[in-house]
Amino acid sequence: MHANHARTPFDLGAALKDAGLVAGIVVLLTVALVGARVQDISSGPPVVFRFDDVIAAALLAFVGRFAIALLRGGRPRPVLIAALAFALGLSAILVHGVTSAGPGLTRLLPFASPVINWVIAIAAWILSARAAWLQWHATSTLDAEAREAREARMDRLGAMVQTWARFFGPLLLGVAVVLPFLPGIDRRLLDIAILVVTYIMLGWGLNIVVGLAGLLDLGYVAFYAVGAYSYALLALYFDLGFWTCLPFAGIMAAFAGILLGFPVLRLRGDYLAIVTLGFGEMIRIILLNWYTFTNGPDGLSGIPRPTLFGLPFTANPPEGQASFHSFFGLEYSPLDRIVFLYYVILGLALVTNLFTLRIRKLPVGRAWEALREDEIACRSLGVHPRNTKLTAFAIGAMFGGFGGSFFATRQGFVSPESFTFIESAMILAIVVLGGMGSQIGVVFAAILLIGLPEVFRELNQYRMLAFGLAMVAIMVWRPRGLLAHREPTVRLADHAPGAADAAPEMRT
Amino acid sequence: MSVLRVENLHAGYGHIEALHGVDVEVAEGEIVALIGANGAGKSTLLMSICGNPRARQGRIEFLGEDITRLPTHAIVRRGLAQSPEGRRIFPFMTVLENLQMGAVTTQVQHFDEDLERVFTLYPILRERRQQRAGTLSGGEQQMLAIGRALMSRPRLLLLDEPSLGLAPLLVRQIFSVIREINERDRVTVFLVEQNAYHALRLAHRGYVMANGKIVLSGEGRELLENEEIRKAYLEGGR
Ligand SMILES: Nc1ncnc2c1ncn2[C@@H]1O[C@H](COP(=O)(O)OP(=O)(O)OP(=O)(O)O)[C@@H](O)[C@H]1O
Ligand SMILES: [Mg+2]
Repeated sequence: MHANHARTPFDLGAALKDAGLVAGIVVLLTVALVGARVQDISSGPPVVFRFDDVIAAALLAFVGRFAIALLRGGRPRPVLIAALAFALGLSAILVHGVTSAGPGLTRLLPFASPVINWVIAIAAWILSARAAWLQWHATSTLDAEAREAREARMDRLGAMVQTWARFFGPLLLGVAVVLPFLPGIDRRLLDIAILVVTYIMLGWGLNIVVGLAGLLDLGYVAFYAVGAYSYALLALYFDLGFWTCLPFAGIMAAFAGILLGFPVLRLRGDYLAIVTLGFGEMIRIILLNWYTFTNGPDGLSGIPRPTLFGLPFTANPPEGQASFHSFFGLEYSPLDRIVFLYYVILGLALVTNLFTLRIRKLPVGRAWEALREDEIACRSLGVHPRNTKLTAFAIGAMFGGFGGSFFATRQGFVSPESFTFIESAMILAIVVLGGMGSQIGVVFAAILLIGLPEVFRELNQYRMLAFGLAMVAIMVWRPRGLLAHREPTVRLADHAPGAADAAPEMRT
Repeated sequence: MSVLRVENLHAGYGHIEALHGVDVEVAEGEIVALIGANGAGKSTLLMSICGNPRARQGRIEFLGEDITRLPTHAIVRRGLAQSPEGRRIFPFMTVLENLQMGAVTTQVQHFDEDLERVFTLYPILRERRQQRAGTLSGGEQQMLAIGRALMSRPRLLLLDEPSLGLAPLLVRQIFSVIREINERDRVTVFLVEQNAYHALRLAHRGYVMANGKIVLSGEGRELLENEEIRKAYLEGGR
C-alpha cells in the first residue's frame, strides 16, 4: 500500500466555473428540446413553456458536475453523504409513488417523467457508489493493516463456507428435492420456491460470464428474453412442445450471445457493461415494436404447458388422450402441475451447476478464469482471448435461454414487460452478492434477494432500496463479493482439504 | 539456422515510438542477453516480438516464418514462450493451475512429463503446488513464471528480467536453471536483464540497447571486458 496522505489541492473556483458551464450548456440544449413544446393548437396555445424542467435539469447538471469534480479532486466524503441521501430520498419517493398512488410527496420529484426520475436516481446511486469506493480507498491507505485483517477474516469465512458447502450442498439439494412434499408447503410457497430456483439457475448461468470469465454483462435479461420468445414463437407458429423447443431456445440464445459478443468482446470493463446494457434494452424494444411477429406490448399468450413424456397436466384432456392423473390413476390436483414445474426448473438448475463445476476443470474453463485475472499473460500463453470469451458468453447466454423458455412455459404468457433492466440488475446482484464465482453464494443470495421479499410481501416495495444499500455496502466492504472464495480446480489426494487456503498469509 | 530474426523493427505506444529500427538475431541453441538502461525499450522489444505492440515497420521471423502480422496467440502456438515483465502469474489460481495454463498449446499426453520436468528444475513448486500463486514469495513466483513458460515445450524462450528483486543466491539459482534448460532441453533463450554481469557471463552473445536502438553487440565475455559497458552497467553493480 502506498501511504500517500498528502491531499491534492482542490481548485474550488475552477470546479464551480466548470459546473456552471455545463449547466449553461444543459440550459441551451433543454430550452429548445424540453422547455418549449409545440402542441395541438385546438387544445390551447401553440407553444407551452415548461421552464421548471429546464431549471431542474440545469441544477442537477450543476450539482452533478461539481460532485464529479470533488471526486476527481479526492474529496469523496461530502459527495458520498449528499449523493446517498439524494439517491435514497428519490428512490423512496419513486417507489412510494409506484406502489401507492402517491400524494404530496411525488410533487418533490425533479421531473414529470418517471423514467427520467429513475435515470437520475440511478445516476445518484452510481455516484454514491463511486464516492464510497474512493472513500474506502482513501481510508484504507490509512489503516491498511486493519483492512487486511478484515479481508483475511472474510476470506477465512469464505473458505469455511466453501468447506461446509461440500456437506451443506448435498443437504440443501436433499431439501430441495423433497421440498414439495414437506408439511406446510402450499401453493404460494411452492410458487416462491420455483421463482427462487429460477433465479438460482439464472445466477449460475450469469456466474459463468461474470464470475468465471470476469465479463461484466448488464444485459443478461436479453438472453432470457430470447429464450422465452423462441419457445413461445416456436410453440405458437409450429405447434411444438416444450421439450422439443428447449434445445432450440438455448441455441437461439447462445447465437444471440455470439452475435453480440463478436463485435463487443474486445471492449473491457465499463465499456462492455454499457454495450451489454444497451443490447438488453434493444432486444426488449425490438420485441415491443415488431408487432406483426411478437405481438408487441400485448405479448403472446396460450403458450403450451410442459408435459411429462407427452402427458399433460390438465383436468380434462382431449378425447382419447391420457393426462398425468388419469394415466397414473390419481385424483386430479392442480398442484401436480406446479410440483412438476418445480422439478423441471430444479433439474435445469442442477444441469447448469454441474456443467459449471465440470467445465471449470477443463482447459476452457480454466482459461476463462485466467483471462479474468490477466489477459496479457493469457495471450502470451497462447490463449485466443476473443474466442475464449465468446464461449463463456455463448454458454452463459444458452443457460439464460433455457431459463427463459422455462419462464414462458410456466407463465403461459410472455410480454416485453418481463424483460426490463431491473431483471438483469437483480440477477447480477445475486452473482455479485453471492461472491463472484461462488456457486453456493448464488444460492444464498437468491434466497436472500428473491425469497425473503416474496415471503414477506410487505417488504417488497423497499426491495430496490435495500438493494441499492446492500450494493453500496458490498462495494465498500467487500468488492469481490460476500463469500468470494476460489476453490482450486485440482485437488490432490494426499492433501488435506482447505489446508492450502487456510493459511493464505503464510509466506516463505 | 536462426530461430529468431528481427530486422529494422519500429514499434511504440500511441504517438511514442519506443523502438527505432532494431536488428537482432538469435541462432538455434544460443543464450542471448539483451541489456540496457531503464526505458531503453527492452521489454517493448520482447512484447513486440510477440505481436503486442505491433511492429510498425520492419520484419520479425521465427523459425524462418514471417510472424510480423500474426496475433499473439498464433505466434505462441508456433513454439515461442514468454515470461513477461512483472511475472504475470495468475495470483488467485494455484501453482498447479498456473502450470496447466502454460500447457494450453501442447498435447495432453505430454503434460505429466513436462510437469515432472518443471518440478525437477524447481522442487519448491512441487511442494507448493496446491498453494495460491499470489501467496508465493517473489522468487517462487519467478520460478513459477519460468516453469509456466516451459510447460509449452518452447523452441525459443523469452525472459524479461528473471532476476528482478531476487537475493544473490536465488539469482544464481535462476541463472543456473536457465543454463540447464538451454543445455539439456535444447531451448534457445533470449533474455532481458538488468543484472548485466550475470547475464553476460551466462550468455553466448549479448546486445546492448539504448534509446530504442541496438548500440553494441558481441560475445558475452567480450562485452564484459568492454570499457564502456563496464562504466555504464557494471560499475557498482558487482
Ligand atoms: N504501455 C505503454 N504505453 C506507453 N508508453 C510505454 C508503455 N510501455 C512502455 N512505454 C515507454 O516505452 C519506452 C520503453 O519502455 P520499456 O518498458 O520497453 O523499457 P525497458 O527497457 O524494458 O525498461 P526497464 O529496464 O525499466 O524495464 C519507455 O519510454 C516507456 O515509457
Ligand atoms: Mg522492462
